Amino acid sequence: MSIVPGTTASSNGFAVRTENLCRHYRMGQAVIRAVDGISFQVRSGEFVALLGASGSGKSSLLNLLAGLDQASSGVVEVEGRNLAALSRPELARHRLHTVGMVFQSFNLIPSMSLIENVELPMRFAEVDRSKRGALAERALQRVGLSGRVRHRPAELSGGEQQRAALARALINQPRILLADEPTGNLDSHTGTEIMNLIREFNQSLGMTVVMVTHERALAESYASRMIFLSDGKLVAEQAVVPGGAQ
Amino acid sequence: MKLHDVTELAMRNLRESVLRNSLTTVGIAVGVASLVAMLALGVGLQQLASRRLERSGLFDTVVVMSRRDLRDFGREQQENGPAPAQSPALNETARQKIEKLPNVLEAYPDIRFVTEVRFEDKPYLTMVAGLPFSAKSNDSFEGMQGNFFSSDAAAEAILQRSFAEELLEKRSKPGEPEAAIASLAKPLLGKELSMRYVERTASPSANADMSTASYSVTSRTETLKIVGVTDLDPESMRGAQRGRVFIPLKLVQNLHVMQVADLRDTTNVVGSEPAYTTLSVRVSTPKYVPAVEQAIKKLGFNTFSIVDATRNLRQFFAVLDLFLGIFGSLALAVASIGIVNTLVMAILERRREIGIMKALGASDGDVRGLFFAEAGAMGILGGIVGVLFGWLLGRVINFGTNVYLQRQNFPPAQIWYVPGWLVGGAIGFAIVLSLLAGLYPANRAARLDPVQALRYE
Repeated sequence: MSIVPGTTASSNGFAVRTENLCRHYRMGQAVIRAVDGISFQVRSGEFVALLGASGSGKSSLLNLLAGLDQASSGVVEVEGRNLAALSRPELARHRLHTVGMVFQSFNLIPSMSLIENVELPMRFAEVDRSKRGALAERALQRVGLSGRVRHRPAELSGGEQQRAALARALINQPRILLADEPTGNLDSHTGTEIMNLIREFNQSLGMTVVMVTHERALAESYASRMIFLSDGKLVAEQAVVPGGAQ
Repeated sequence: MKLHDVTELAMRNLRESVLRNSLTTVGIAVGVASLVAMLALGVGLQQLASRRLERSGLFDTVVVMSRRDLRDFGREQQENGPAPAQSPALNETARQKIEKLPNVLEAYPDIRFVTEVRFEDKPYLTMVAGLPFSAKSNDSFEGMQGNFFSSDAAAEAILQRSFAEELLEKRSKPGEPEAAIASLAKPLLGKELSMRYVERTASPSANADMSTASYSVTSRTETLKIVGVTDLDPESMRGAQRGRVFIPLKLVQNLHVMQVADLRDTTNVVGSEPAYTTLSVRVSTPKYVPAVEQAIKKLGFNTFSIVDATRNLRQFFAVLDLFLGIFGSLALAVASIGIVNTLVMAILERRREIGIMKALGASDGDVRGLFFAEAGAMGILGGIVGVLFGWLLGRVINFGTNVYLQRQNFPPAQIWYVPGWLVGGAIGFAIVLSLLAGLYPANRAARLDPVQALRYE
């Protein structure tokens, strides 16, 4: 088996693998241990929920998997690539092609219409301009927003914005979806709609999903496994009993 | 990210903060306008001075004399050339030979003579000079009242201002303002002068071996129509002496006017062909003058020219342009600080947006390129508007200066000139400076930590 830079043979079969992963930073004299020696694996196509109270290190861990942040020590491998060994441009390519992200606050660019927001990652990926419009429209149609493509985010409800964010996250066909509290700003009905969409992508496309949430019920309904964090440490792992999903 | 995508996103971002970006662009435009105005003034002044010098004929004219005159303009010429007695005569044959030399535009004899001119039955003693017809096209007659000669041998005269004043008895006293050229020309144009001259006619008894020559002289009168009055001496430094009445050179030659040199030739026989006192040789550019002089010397004539002083003039204007450019660039330098300020503000405002773009896969290069494109776009737009603004400013300055010059009885002058290289250079300079100004903000945006940027509200 050939080993390319940033790739390790041990990651076979895992979409995500961390080993004694740490992310420490200083705040004045104090050392904050946001992620403190976490080791876990996520198989390809698995739906995993990271649970924990506020400040437990869920989002910090997700940022490390996304390549938005650099680990202080330990190993973080995504799709067989050791992110610690990647350069800044390689990390950017990792965010562009390997992972897609959705956030609690949607993070759509307010000055752009929905279609422009969805087209944005394709601009970074240098997708041919003649194909972009149709691809973006199809993605928006898939999340039920075909009639709102020219609207700006401010003209849409929270649920619609999150659906647009989901379309944007998936437009470059990443293998992993990283969702940071995707229903945190939504009412329960809209939250369910979004979660159903995420599950549909997980099941129909075989996409790996790592979702941060503090709602255990939500995790039990959609995830196949729950990982509990506290004070930056992994405190428990629990498989969800099949059939528990709503 | 592809260039057109970078450009498109940059334009959209500029439109989002249209007022602030417009003000920054106006700042660049003012800087470019100031640079263009300053340099255009330097170029205009340089052209004005060069044109005056070119017209004076100081640096592109070689005066040719026969060695037989024994006039010594340079010891070296006498020492190295043929002895005067063996040297050729400066006649029509020699003129044609010189005119065929490389880089020579024309060679024409300086025919001037003092004679009596009658105007309204009053006699005036003055210097009459033959003027080549080519003088019509070398814009020496700027500001002349009336017209140039209708043909190369027309019986017409152009008067020098001082002679026109003499004819009209309007000579201004020292300290008094000069009469306007138009007021001098009005009563004179179309009137007639009668010029007395002595015609030299070659005698048919002249020997073919040139051992003897004879000619007869006859006193004659030629009537000349006044067609123009000129402020400047059209030939200025060309030729040894200035004329006060100019008539077509061909006319003088056709009239076979006897000159002082003819008398000298009677004691110094070389043939029946009349000799010229001097020839004026016009060279295409001042830099060929030494080569042309060398070639004429080889033919056995003495030459005289003024060393190319335009080099010093160019050096002076190069220094002047440099300083004008530096002063002009100051405003542009201030404007570039405006770009830095605008883009740094944009980073603060769009911090979260930069974080989102990075989370979506934008590389440092994409973000840097975006800010560069915004700076460059402001530079291009500011540069173009600035050049237009500077050009307009120059037109206004030119107009104002000419109004002032006219009031002071000076001919109009173009003191302000925008050459093509200045247009391209100013826009290019604005773009380069804008990109340099964008360097710091673009790098700062590119290095932004995406996690921090995404937390920013």
